Amino acid sequence: MISKRVSKISSSGIRKFFDLVLGAEDVISLGVGEPDFITPWEIRESAIYAIEKGYTSYTSNYGLLELRKAISKYIYDKHGVSYNYENEILVTSGVSEAYDLAIRTITDPGDEIIVVEPSYVAYKPCIILVDGVAVSLPTSIENNFVPTYEEIEKKITDKTKAIVLNYPNNPTGAILDKKQMEEIADVVVNHDLILISDEIYEDLTYNGKHISFSSLNGMKDRTILLNGFSKAYAMTGWRVGYIASNKEIIEGAVKIHQYTSICAPIMSQMAAIEAITNGNNTKQEMIDEYNRRRRIIVGRLKEMGLNLSETKGAFYVFPSLNGYLGSEEFSERLLKEKKVAVVPGNAFGDCGEGFIRISYATSRKNLIDAADRISEFLNSLKE
Amino acid sequence: MDEILKILEDDARISYKELTEITGLSEEEIEKKVKEYVDKGIIKRFKAVIDLEKVGEEKVYAIVDLKLNPVRGEGYDLTAKRISNFPQVKEVYLVSGAYDLSVLVEGDNIKDVAFFVSDKLATLDRVYHTTTHFILKKYKEYGETLFETEKNHRLAISL
Ligand SMILES: Cc1ncc(COP(=O)(O)O)c(C=O)c1O
Repeated sequence: MISKRVSKISSSGIRKFFDLVLGAEDVISLGVGEPDFITPWEIRESAIYAIEKGYTSYTSNYGLLELRKAISKYIYDKHGVSYNYENEILVTSGVSEAYDLAIRTITDPGDEIIVVEPSYVAYKPCIILVDGVAVSLPTSIENNFVPTYEEIEKKITDKTKAIVLNYPNNPTGAILDKKQMEEIADVVVNHDLILISDEIYEDLTYNGKHISFSSLNGMKDRTILLNGFSKAYAMTGWRVGYIASNKEIIEGAVKIHQYTSICAPIMSQMAAIEAITNGNNTKQEMIDEYNRRRRIIVGRLKEMGLNLSETKGAFYVFPSLNGYLGSEEFSERLLKEKKVAVVPGNAFGDCGEGFIRISYATSRKNLIDAADRISEFLNSLKE
Repeated sequence: MDEILKILEDDARISYKELTEITGLSEEEIEKKVKEYVDKGIIKRFKAVIDLEKVGEEKVYAIVDLKLNPVRGEGYDLTAKRISNFPQVKEVYLVSGAYDLSVLVEGDNIKDVAFFVSDKLATLDRVYHTTTHFILKKYKEYGETLFETEKNHRLAISL
């Protein structure tokens, strides 16, 4: 009954593992890709107020003007890049929709899109759904999960349209330094590509300040910048994100968006306005707490002798299992024997085999208890 | 504020081991810092926040607003300090507006508090007016809400 295209995208073996986790009791989960914080009260309160005042309608397809203005100002203040709020910013239902729109806006059948792996799980399927070709570009722990100029160039053909990047990264926690970014930007410019940059974890950068690709010389026009409220403001359930790019791309994306989703929920957009204009302090408190947890888990994993890349962003670490077991067997046994849930690294691409993703978006106590259990588990493997 | 102070303010009983893990500093460095904060009086005390209702030890509290005549050269300090010295008095603030001092008084029962206000506070030389507000229910104290806490409803695993 279903189309060939849809049959091509697999929901993969990971589903089975998910069901195992969801069915298990008393599990400490380090497998969650969203904040453990509840959305700060001021933000929730502004949505309640909006509902009380009768904000229950559609908004402009582009999103509320006030929100677009606030986003434009935010990007300008942070990165010095100016996006016209009239036609260069589009508010979407999360980065999920933003990414899908970006792909559909630029991809013709047969176009190749390079996806840097390990990567967020939605990137490839959305490309396949428009008959594009998703080209995997594996990265390694030795290079901190960042691709080099040469590695990218090797994947480029005359069909290559764009490259998808996500730093700070899910699942590896990797961030980029200026030099690495410039190298990537050079390939993009030299080969006349589009860069889709998912910067949803930008605020969760624990070392220095996040630089946006759009702020690099000559990159604004080539970059489709994706960002949103889910992670930094603990607003996953609200479904608000945005695309910032040139007028042509945004106008293309709006064409799809107006027919497939019309707009992001108005009360969520109202909440997002509060978040982006007044939410800085509460956001910073959450970021500080993630950073404390990051130090705990990184320290513990190193003590256990696991091999780690530098993890300075998002709320994930991606340790190598040093060949103890494969990703899936390790994760399943850890769940069954020690009641700790992690995500097998191969869920994020073939090059993630041999790794696990640990999310530290959980309490310090949970992290410490889970680390003790992982350590016991590793010792039991050595025996 | 220093990271260590921020953490201790929230959880004074955290172990030095955990502090080490969180901050990346050595246990000796942390011990030295904490000692310094205590010596300098930056950390005044390590206290526990107790829900007295649960202990079954119900106390009565009142916010007492006072109007005073200031003293030349001293302002309100002299009287405010005298009031602060009573053990029944838990908090004392000089405030702007209709009153001068706002004082939190603790007692075993209403009579106890009422007696303290009429006998000890209202009779002070410089005090010429008091208004007593008995506290009927506490919702938030020391930044902690005292009602049922919220819970995150996220799934146990997601990508
Ligand atoms: C890299 C990345 N991009 C996008 C998303 C989806 O975010 P949103 O809630 O804005 O749709 C996630 C969520 O896990 C993510 O990790």
